[in-house]
Amino acid sequence: MLVDVRSHGTATQIEGPLLFLRRNIDVGLNDAVEIIDARGRKRLGRIATLDDDSMIVEVLESTSGLSLADTTVRFMGEALHFGVGPDLLGRILDGVGRPLDGGPPVSASRRLRIDGAAINPAAREYPRDFIETGISSIDLMNSLVRGQKLPIFSGSGLPHDRLATEIARHAKLLGEEAGSFAVVFVAIGVSYDIAEQFRRAMENSGALEHTVLFLNLASDSSTQRLLAPRYALTAAEYLAYSEDRHVLVIMTDMTNYCEALREVSASHGEIPSRKGYPGYMYSDLATLFERAGCIMGKAGTLTQLPILTIPSDDITHPIPDLTGYITEGQIVLDRELDRRDIYPPIRVLPSLSRLMKDGTGKGFTHDDHPALANQLYAAYARAMHVRVLASIMGSEGLSDHDRLFLEFGDRFEQELLQQDSARSLAQSMEIGWGLLQQIPVLELTRLSDEQIKRHIRAQPLNPEQEGEDAGQ
Amino acid sequence: MSEARITWISGPVLRATTDDVFHINEAVFVGANRLLGEVIRIEQNTIVAQAYEDTSGLRPGDTVHGDGMPLSVKLGPALLGNIFDGLLRPLTRELGDYVQPGMKAPPPQVFEFAPALQAGETVRPGSVLGSATGSGGLSQAVLVPPHISGTVVEISGPGQYQDEQTICTVRDESGAEQPVAMSHPWPIREPRPVTQRLPTSRPLFTGQRILDSIFPLACGGRAAMPGGFGTGKTVLQETLSKWCDADIIVYVGCGERGNEMAGVLHDLPALEDPRTGRPLMERTLIIANTSNMPVAAREASIYTAVTVAEYFRDQGLRVSLMADSTSRWAEALREVSGRLGEIPGEAGYPAYLSSRLADFYERAANVRTLGGEHGSLSIIGAVSPPSADFSEPVTTHTKRYVRVFWALDSTRAQARFYPAIHPLQSYSGDIGDLVDFWQEHNHPHWPEQRRRFLTLLAEQTRLERMARIVGKDALPPRQQHILLCAELVSDGFLRQSAYSEIDRYCSPARQARMMQLLTRFIELSEQAIEQKVEFERINTLPILRRLRRMNEDIGEQDMEQFETLRTDMENAFAALTKQVPGRVG
Repeated sequence: MLVDVRSHGTATQIEGPLLFLRRNIDVGLNDAVEIIDARGRKRLGRIATLDDDSMIVEVLESTSGLSLADTTVRFMGEALHFGVGPDLLGRILDGVGRPLDGGPPVSASRRLRIDGAAINPAAREYPRDFIETGISSIDLMNSLVRGQKLPIFSGSGLPHDRLATEIARHAKLLGEEAGSFAVVFVAIGVSYDIAEQFRRAMENSGALEHTVLFLNLASDSSTQRLLAPRYALTAAEYLAYSEDRHVLVIMTDMTNYCEALREVSASHGEIPSRKGYPGYMYSDLATLFERAGCIMGKAGTLTQLPILTIPSDDITHPIPDLTGYITEGQIVLDRELDRRDIYPPIRVLPSLSRLMKDGTGKGFTHDDHPALANQLYAAYARAMHVRVLASIMGSEGLSDHDRLFLEFGDRFEQELLQQDSARSLAQSMEIGWGLLQQIPVLELTRLSDEQIKRHIRAQPLNPEQEGEDAGQ
Repeated sequence: MSEARITWISGPVLRATTDDVFHINEAVFVGANRLLGEVIRIEQNTIVAQAYEDTSGLRPGDTVHGDGMPLSVKLGPALLGNIFDGLLRPLTRELGDYVQPGMKAPPPQVFEFAPALQAGETVRPGSVLGSATGSGGLSQAVLVPPHISGTVVEISGPGQYQDEQTICTVRDESGAEQPVAMSHPWPIREPRPVTQRLPTSRPLFTGQRILDSIFPLACGGRAAMPGGFGTGKTVLQETLSKWCDADIIVYVGCGERGNEMAGVLHDLPALEDPRTGRPLMERTLIIANTSNMPVAAREASIYTAVTVAEYFRDQGLRVSLMADSTSRWAEALREVSGRLGEIPGEAGYPAYLSSRLADFYERAANVRTLGGEHGSLSIIGAVSPPSADFSEPVTTHTKRYVRVFWALDSTRAQARFYPAIHPLQSYSGDIGDLVDFWQEHNHPHWPEQRRRFLTLLAEQTRLERMARIVGKDALPPRQQHILLCAELVSDGFLRQSAYSEIDRYCSPARQARMMQLLTRFIELSEQAIEQKVEFERINTLPILRRLRRMNEDIGEQDMEQFETLRTDMENAFAALTKQVPGRVG
């Protein structure tokens, strides 16, 4: 329900993003308002506090240029909504859904609340459909499934944008054509060229007509940064659950979102928690990330790929830390690998996909996929351990076995991590089995004898045991 | 019913003026949607309340209705096998795809009641009135609620009744008649009474080797499980709720992921309880406040869960409460405290964080119930310390109140070594009580063998530090041998995959066999080293691979293979030591 009630000249105070008004009409908490200044410029806001005589409006854009006497406030009579419709696809919009591409406003077939309600846990479908991204260290080691939220933990200067773009272009289900997919890209406080790069990449791959771009550029107001992902996710939910599309939402850069949250919280005078970030940052991020998922009886799904640049590469910083507690794993990019020109520079040890266990293996990908990933992890962890030893006392001090692991680690990075073009899961697995050939069978404890016979070497691997079998 | 009028509202906190009587912690219904809330402060004729749901659209002038009762939940036969929100309102498919504010209390359900006594008999709290059987065929006891005793005036005959319908009337000493139904309400912040607290005596058997054999938890005990993200807290909680030998599991997902809840709902109905052969879901109750559900309800969800768990404990059952994660609960406490303008303590948490944690963990107990039965409630709380830093307030305060501490380690998790419990940072204060259990399971040397394993693992850390400087090959054979044994214990015994059909559950007998087998290996190899067998020859014994993989290769059904393995091991060492004199001479 849209109402048009205006209140003119009731403002009593402006403090930071807060506008204090005398309350002369009946409005509800969280109702959306439009603040119109003397020159007719409109800003979005919402009612944050109400009492009998007054109300406080949180202005969601810059308050610069507002005055008390000639400010008009228009009350919408409902919380912030976004009008969505099928012609969203192919459009470029700003952080609050207004066209930036010179086209007409999105014609709304439905109006949805941007805050989105919590999905009923009993109505969630458990995500199990493996998505092939073409990247070995994801497909083989940290598989992505539909309905998952898997962030990329990156650092400034690392190629996270290229990685996200490639995933968006290649992502498909095993043995299935692309189908009706859609990509929602939301730039949160990033520079124009990054957004433009993404747009061009999607255009070149012919996927632009399946893409919606929401751009909140670095120069836009920070309060609007808090709205951009909400508008984008509302659009994504519409595309997934009303238009039956498999939607991939790429959000970059969540660090800017958290910075904006801190800025807005400070301007409200709230008690800060760790490093000045508000205590509710966990809950706030969760209201975004938890919107990923699959719902029973709906054909579409919503998968999230948020990108965040870790401040000064410190993974214990509150932003990656709280994100990691909400999301279903993380893909961690590494500066060291990047310096060695390994692309994609994914550091597999701290990377994790929590939903991998249920979307891989028998009936989903390949029977031996989980065991292979497990063995590669164990071996690579050992290799990293040995590498630390070798850096202290040189590789001469290592035992023969340890030297084999050291070599395995190098080859793992050069042959499996490093890739120039997309690989199928089968190709990635092929490389994985190949790498394990050089490790003594005695050390392959995560693989069963059958798996070793099948994929690594056919000859007897355990003379003693073979002898017994023959004797029985 | 008391009534108040909203004068101020901000986020979930509201003020209302009233001339009626309100009580602290009284449940209130706010506005036209009747959002559930709770009174948290009273100042003259103004009450301050927090709403447990989204308050969008509320306005000054809306009414607040008092319930007259403290915030309570309905306890009865309609709980098991279902999923609820933080205030025990059922989350069903019928609610729709999204959780909307203004959810209603659970509707009455019909159960088959069979009385166990007759009019004229005397009852006291905890006496069995009869049994209630639901449509799934699961039968549960119906007890006289606490605070009601006297003579049964009337009791309904066998038949179908709604769970809120009076099925029995009890006349107490003063002559007042009290109606009793199959369900009754209970305030969530008030512990349910018991006759007596008993010392713990047997373990909560989990089927996980590193827990049962190394850091066991007693029935009625308290354990905390801290770990950074990705260390497997949730997987371990889920594994415990699947395989531990409790009669009832209460699983509370407090501020956690929605997909995880969906996962539990997806897995449990398909799994069978190894002891009863019935679906595991039948003994389970899930309380879900996902991370995007209202924060205030998150604070309540922990109390709701423990109240429900006590209800089942009072029926003489072994109950286990899995709380994932108590950190989110503490954060909710912090958020609400901040909105009330309270003075923050350490890291912004309110100063009463420690006493709230104590209240919660104290509700775990091994008890004689009001009805004279033996029941227990064990609490296993996950803790999510920021940056995996165990010195933060929630972890340190939790440590003061638990006896068992399972520290999850990210280095182990990164190498995909699960459960990633760090053997040197973890501890169990329940060891002394549990020796008898292992004795019964043919494992009399458990305490010594356990200590042996732990000593090995401690030595390993020390030696590895040394090896980092001088090189592993430079260590004397005796020390290399310690490293080998410690690795073997880690790989063959501590490591256990929650996803392996063979190894996800390990029976007491199998745990004992594996422990004894590894102890024997340590002895034999020690002797061999003493007899001057070269370390490298032990290190390359093919039997090592079989020992490392016995957790995956030898299942519950082929226990006799442990005997074969043992014989082969003895033979292998006999062969080794036989050759020595010849070589040396």
